[in-house]
Amino acid sequence: MTTETTPAGPFAYAPAPESRAVVDIAPSYGLFIDGEFTESSGQDRAKTLSPATEEVLAEYTQANAEDVDRAVKAARKAFEKWSALPGAERAKYLFRIARIIQERSRELAVLETLDNGKPIRETRDADLPLVAAHFFYYAGWADKLDHAGYGRNPRPLGVAGQVIPWNFPLLMLAWKIAPALATGNTVVLKPAETTPLSALFFADICRQAGLPRGVVNIVTGDGRTGEALVSHPGVDKVAFTGSTAVGKAIARRIAGTDKRVTLELGGKGANIVFDDAPVDQAVEGIVNGIFFNQGQVCCAGSRLLVQESIQDELLDSLKRRLATLRLGDPLDKNTDIGAINSAEQLARITALADTGEAEGAERWSAPCELPSAGYWFAPTLFTGVTQAHTVARDEIFGPVLSVLSFRTPDEAVAKANNSQYGLSAGIWTEKGSRMLAVASKLRAGVVWANTFNKFDPTSPFGGYKESGFGREGGRHGLEAYLAPATPKGER
Amino acid sequence: MSTVEQNRLSVFKTYKLYVGGKFPRSESGRVYEVTDSKGKWLANAPLSSRKDARDAVVAARKAFGGWSGATAYNRGQILYRVAEMLEGRREQFVREVAEAEGLSKSKASAQVDAAIDRWVWYAGWTDKIAQVMGGANPVAGPFFNLSTPEPTGVVAVLAPQESSFLGLVSVIAPVIATGNTAVVIAGEKNPLPALSLGEVLATSDLPGGVVNILSGRTGEIAAPLAAHQDVNGIDLTGAGDELAKELEIAAADNLKRVLRPGSAEYTADPGTHRMTAFLETKTVWHPTGALGASGSSY
Repeated sequence: MTTETTPAGPFAYAPAPESRAVVDIAPSYGLFIDGEFTESSGQDRAKTLSPATEEVLAEYTQANAEDVDRAVKAARKAFEKWSALPGAERAKYLFRIARIIQERSRELAVLETLDNGKPIRETRDADLPLVAAHFFYYAGWADKLDHAGYGRNPRPLGVAGQVIPWNFPLLMLAWKIAPALATGNTVVLKPAETTPLSALFFADICRQAGLPRGVVNIVTGDGRTGEALVSHPGVDKVAFTGSTAVGKAIARRIAGTDKRVTLELGGKGANIVFDDAPVDQAVEGIVNGIFFNQGQVCCAGSRLLVQESIQDELLDSLKRRLATLRLGDPLDKNTDIGAINSAEQLARITALADTGEAEGAERWSAPCELPSAGYWFAPTLFTGVTQAHTVARDEIFGPVLSVLSFRTPDEAVAKANNSQYGLSAGIWTEKGSRMLAVASKLRAGVVWANTFNKFDPTSPFGGYKESGFGREGGRHGLEAYLAPATPKGER
Repeated sequence: MSTVEQNRLSVFKTYKLYVGGKFPRSESGRVYEVTDSKGKWLANAPLSSRKDARDAVVAARKAFGGWSGATAYNRGQILYRVAEMLEGRREQFVREVAEAEGLSKSKASAQVDAAIDRWVWYAGWTDKIAQVMGGANPVAGPFFNLSTPEPTGVVAVLAPQESSFLGLVSVIAPVIATGNTAVVIAGEKNPLPALSLGEVLATSDLPGGVVNILSGRTGEIAAPLAAHQDVNGIDLTGAGDELAKELEIAAADNLKRVLRPGSAEYTADPGTHRMTAFLETKTVWHPTGALGASGSSY
């Protein structure tokens, strides 16, 4: 069966939109500093859009260096008491936050979908449950740090300056704030310029939880705000998730200082399918690997490495599956593929896909109608891709899959590792010894075998090579926020 | 007989680099004078060039697959073998350390003894670090999930400028114990114990290329290493503040793991941070499947 079905016809679905009424977005937002919303010392404002409709959702503040300074000072002031608080008390604040997130999860899911453009199915079933779980997990660590393997009575670092991306706004906030607070640090967090709203709502959650003033500060703005934050001399720890280029700039910026840094950067994950893999499951895994969140995932399985003997069969199945994906209104509960986050990102994806075509790779896109307003890109795959092609090397950060083939496991490993990145990889095979052998050879921080894009607060996440350093999640995630137990004088 | 021995002209040693298991001179043909703490000439040491640094990286990369793939038990035995070999050449190192650092014989002996014991300490770590740093993660779902530390790759090590042997061993051993390979820049003024260590490593079953030792100007050798795209980590212990900053900036180009300099006290408990600085954590997921409700209750 090689005929392609279109989403219309037998698979036409009635609209099933999630209600927007559960979320109340203010027309304008200030900065959350020292426990309250305040105005910037400057006049710079920006707007955040719904990428699915281009509707303006709200105005927010472009924080300047003076505002950042105020936030860092508030965090510094709060640090003394917060770090001296018994761990059990810090834990209870974090448990409160986790519970309030659970209570307000539908509201936050709708908000995130509006501001980010990702399907409500994902915000509701993946983002929000993981956000609450992350706070719940790290809450439990706050009074058990002596047992974490970082020496007795490990000390927090101080003020953490945290800069997060737009692809999982609230989840990345949770990954940053939960371990920082559990270990006794205070934070100044900057959400991405295209998705500031969920972080601003989180400020309200801190208020409801009764979190002491200044422990969490939220400054909104673009890269200028981020630069002011990571460069601020009062910041002891920089945690950044985003592009490799910015990550390198941060690493240069903090060179020669006492600042500690963790970076979670780009990827070009290889998803390796062997000839004995269960094809239907592998197809689901490939789709989940590259089309989850429109492929705007640092650990996306954006390079499919398929064993030559099953390439045709697998690609037929894959195209058939892609033709059934429903692209459209992110608030519709049946939507699989939402909007691209911004016009800028859409332009980048478009340019890279065009480069793929220009360099001679064969382009195929799922037959689907794109809405007239908003930012959209149809699920796309490239075949005839070699390792030299741009689409096999550069992170596209969009719903674009590059297909390469291999004959032997050694070749698969060599091709998978042929990347500046090393964040994630996938392996599909029914043979346990082959899976373990390949997993041990892959230079990647997360290896999903016969599954893909699974996340859990107990499971460390982070990259090899230019995908960054440090781990988020699990016991490992505490290390980034604790002063190491070392001989006197050493850092 | 004894008079003859006393008047015998001694045989000087030509100190050479240790790269890829061999003992080359610097490709540049350059040497520099090494003196003791009072300025008396001891030897001419190779003045390594950028090319020597790059050759050492090639050797270290070539050795990485085998060394990181060796069993932890095997690595432990080899590190222990280094201690055994050093014990046999203890007097030589006591003399070299005493001359290099201007120490009394007893103080130099203490340094060498501590350095030998440090190899033993790290020999024991090779097959324990994975259990201490890794483990199973109890994820909320039907998945097997395991985190394991793995070596970062090729690590450039700027050995301390003061502690010519104990400090040197204290920065090399933790890097290779976990499976990394190393390009080591010996202390600029006192490189002789480091160059002699190469001779010990060469006879300790350590595969060639796992440790490569260069002598010369720290800044001149470190700059190409910090900028090298096939170096994965750099230990800046032997760099002053200004050089350390320059190297850290260069290292950002391919996001090398950087261990910043500190005023290390090498007689203290070394802890684990010198190992963990050059370890990556890999987490592997696999579905567990389910036997269903009818699964055995035993």
